[in-house]
Amino acid sequence: MIGKLNRNSTLLSSIISIILGMLVGAIAMLLSGYDPISAYGALFSSVFGSASDMGETLRTITPLIFAGLAVALAFRTGMFNIGVEGQLVIGSLAAAFVGLKLELPPVLHAIVALVVGALAGAIWALIPGLLKAIRGVHEVIVCIMMNWIALFLSNYMVGKVLSNNSDSTEKIHPSASIRVDFLTDMFDGARVHLGLILAILTTIFVYVLLFRTKLGYELRAVGLNPDASEYAGMSVKRNIILSMMISGGIAGLAGAVELLGTSEYLAINPSLPGTGFDGIAVALLGANTPIGVVLSSMLFGGLFNGGSNMQYVAEVPFEVIRIVFAAIILFVAANFVKQLGNRKNRKKKGEKASA
Amino acid sequence: MNVVEMRGITKCFGSFTANDNINLVVKKGEIHALLGENGAGKSTLMNILFGLYQPEQGKVFIKEKEVAITGPTMANKLGIGMVHQHFMLVQPFTVTENIILGDERASGGRIDYKKAEREVQALSDQYGLQVDPRAVVADIGVGMQQRVEILKTLYRGADILIFDEPTAVLTPQEIEELTEIMRKLVKEGKTIIFITHKLKEIMSTCDRCTVIRRGKMIDTVNISETNENELASLMVGREVSFELDKQPSNPQEPVLKVQSLAVDDNRNNPAVRGLDLEIKAGEIVGIAGVDGNGQSELIEAICGLMKPKSGRIILNNKDVTGLAPRKITETGLGHIPEDRHKRGLVLDFSVSENIILQSYYKKPFSNGFGINYKAVGDYANKLIQEFDVRTPDKDTPARALSGGNQQKAIIAREVDRNPSLLIAAQPTRGLDVGAIEFIHKRLIQHRDTGNAVLLVSLELEEVLKVSDRVAVIYEGKIQGWVDPRTATEEELGLLMAGSKAKGGASQ
Repeated sequence: MIGKLNRNSTLLSSIISIILGMLVGAIAMLLSGYDPISAYGALFSSVFGSASDMGETLRTITPLIFAGLAVALAFRTGMFNIGVEGQLVIGSLAAAFVGLKLELPPVLHAIVALVVGALAGAIWALIPGLLKAIRGVHEVIVCIMMNWIALFLSNYMVGKVLSNNSDSTEKIHPSASIRVDFLTDMFDGARVHLGLILAILTTIFVYVLLFRTKLGYELRAVGLNPDASEYAGMSVKRNIILSMMISGGIAGLAGAVELLGTSEYLAINPSLPGTGFDGIAVALLGANTPIGVVLSSMLFGGLFNGGSNMQYVAEVPFEVIRIVFAAIILFVAANFVKQLGNRKNRKKKGEKASA
Repeated sequence: MNVVEMRGITKCFGSFTANDNINLVVKKGEIHALLGENGAGKSTLMNILFGLYQPEQGKVFIKEKEVAITGPTMANKLGIGMVHQHFMLVQPFTVTENIILGDERASGGRIDYKKAEREVQALSDQYGLQVDPRAVVADIGVGMQQRVEILKTLYRGADILIFDEPTAVLTPQEIEELTEIMRKLVKEGKTIIFITHKLKEIMSTCDRCTVIRRGKMIDTVNISETNENELASLMVGREVSFELDKQPSNPQEPVLKVQSLAVDDNRNNPAVRGLDLEIKAGEIVGIAGVDGNGQSELIEAICGLMKPKSGRIILNNKDVTGLAPRKITETGLGHIPEDRHKRGLVLDFSVSENIILQSYYKKPFSNGFGINYKAVGDYANKLIQEFDVRTPDKDTPARALSGGNQQKAIIAREVDRNPSLLIAAQPTRGLDVGAIEFIHKRLIQHRDTGNAVLLVSLELEEVLKVSDRVAVIYEGKIQGWVDPRTATEEELGLLMAGSKAKGGASQ
């Protein structure tokens, strides 16, 4: 009963935060001389407009779900995996390697590429996990450094190993692609791919893992109270390492899916892609629950995709969407709405009692 | 004169009524006890008097004038001071700096510390507090820090002092000294409201006592006309037996053998130094001692939560020295940890998730991979029933339960596994009479089913009442053994202070 109430108020306060965030965006537009109504109009019409728009929105949502799940899972075990970014880059790199260098029959090729991508991400996350468990080094520091190592390793590999001093690789073999005709047709040529289905399967996997398995029970216990977990005979270190590896595996899968489904080639990047950092926001807004992650990914995916359309139609710069995004996160993080609600409730109850 | 009069005070938090039409009259110059179980509404009432809460109904009179106390500053002006249970002191500051904090009497932006020091010294002398105004708070003991809190209220001119469970953190000697100070304060014309649930202290210190139960005022009684039993039944609402129904012990083969054990504490200082101990099936061994003499390290080493430096621990004829906690648990150990929030519970887990904390990985709860939450729920409901854990349901977070019910949930979990050795560390700390009675009964029941119990407690009375044999720990060693049926608190006190037992009692 109490749990239900809390969940409802979390949902409600999330929705109010979203509306407030969009209001802040509107104010920002007004201040810089744009018309917020036509801008938001353009945004929404492009999210739900045509089949192809919807398909592109779904494609944008896919990596956000993975990244959000990766962050949320680690959070549950008390780990702040800010390295999803780097794990994702490594996942892409590994999948590109398999997609370019191996020759395998169609379905099998894609599966091998996905598995190798996930493993690469898991191994990348193992390093901060091990350092935290054994030496007590804070995972945030290690993760941030691992992000940059991943980026420059990937850039080096693209230039020197996967291509001949070019700034991008060839397209991967078609046998490794996870684009499928029926999805492309359904969404009128949009780049939506099987990654979406994998994202939904991963959501179910994370839910079952956390709330239905022995390992999930341990991960959550360690995250909430490591001292009591130790008392109960759990290995805190083992759980920290496992949680980081599973989280990294999901991040690596995100990278692999993006490569095998969306871009189909790997290019040199001047900076980190940012999906992993968006995942932190997604997990936060989704209250670290699998279903919450999916819902908040839908919101942010819609905003991103609609936002780029807004640029063409209403000629409002994309940065406005970043402002909306940041404002929503700020409202959620500051727990503003919830506190406001609590205060009102208290007042109301007080009045009733004295009446 | 009635210094404080609270009439018909009602205070609600949501649908919960914390204070329901409470009347309280405190006369000038008395020590007035406010007695009630945890959560009965004592603190709420005092927070209203101190201006932290506003009542929905009722009137407050101070010195026979009606007042509306809007906040602590207002309360201070009216001469009300509160000595909090958790001290509000700045550790690196001196005593004087702490006392003047928030009431700095500066002239032209400069604080005259010399003058402030003299004033603090004068107050300290007047009430016999023996506080050094220049000492740094971090360097002085708990008892002394409490006196600084008292001085803070006096410095602000308080003549009505509220003491919120002041003895919870004190040693027996410090309690004695505090009683003296309170008497002196009253003699100098102050009035004291003393919040507690310890009946002995009320009997020895107070003049009158107001009893609160579940938010309602039950009665105000004169201490000279009552006794502990009457107070206890007023507080709990039923007869409470102070006598434990306990048969003589029937010791069997040894369950735990600790041999020349040495353990270092967290800062690598020796805490346990060559300790020997043996506990047999069918007996309760109590360990008495002043806090910080190696009790915690001894327990943690037996449970595998700390690595011993040397020595051996043998449980059920198996050498468990330095094994992982789960290995030791499975050899037959149950452990009620001294800090239930740190070790005993995952507070944000539900009651049922906490109940399987030690057995979640075993059948029928787990087949090795998944967790069968249906089986978990059934088991939790069974234990909630059997151990009378008062919770809305099994899915309520442990955080939402009262301390007594949290402790009952832990005891249910540990006892139901039927371990051959049960370690109970401070099992009744902070609990009320009813819960204490329940827990003591359960410990004895566990013994009577042929198991061993190790009871470690700072409450001498508890150790003497529940145990069959009592060891006194001093500087990491067993200083001596006493027979709880014949031992006096004096005898124990001497051992606790480090002197050797005469004649060397049982072992």
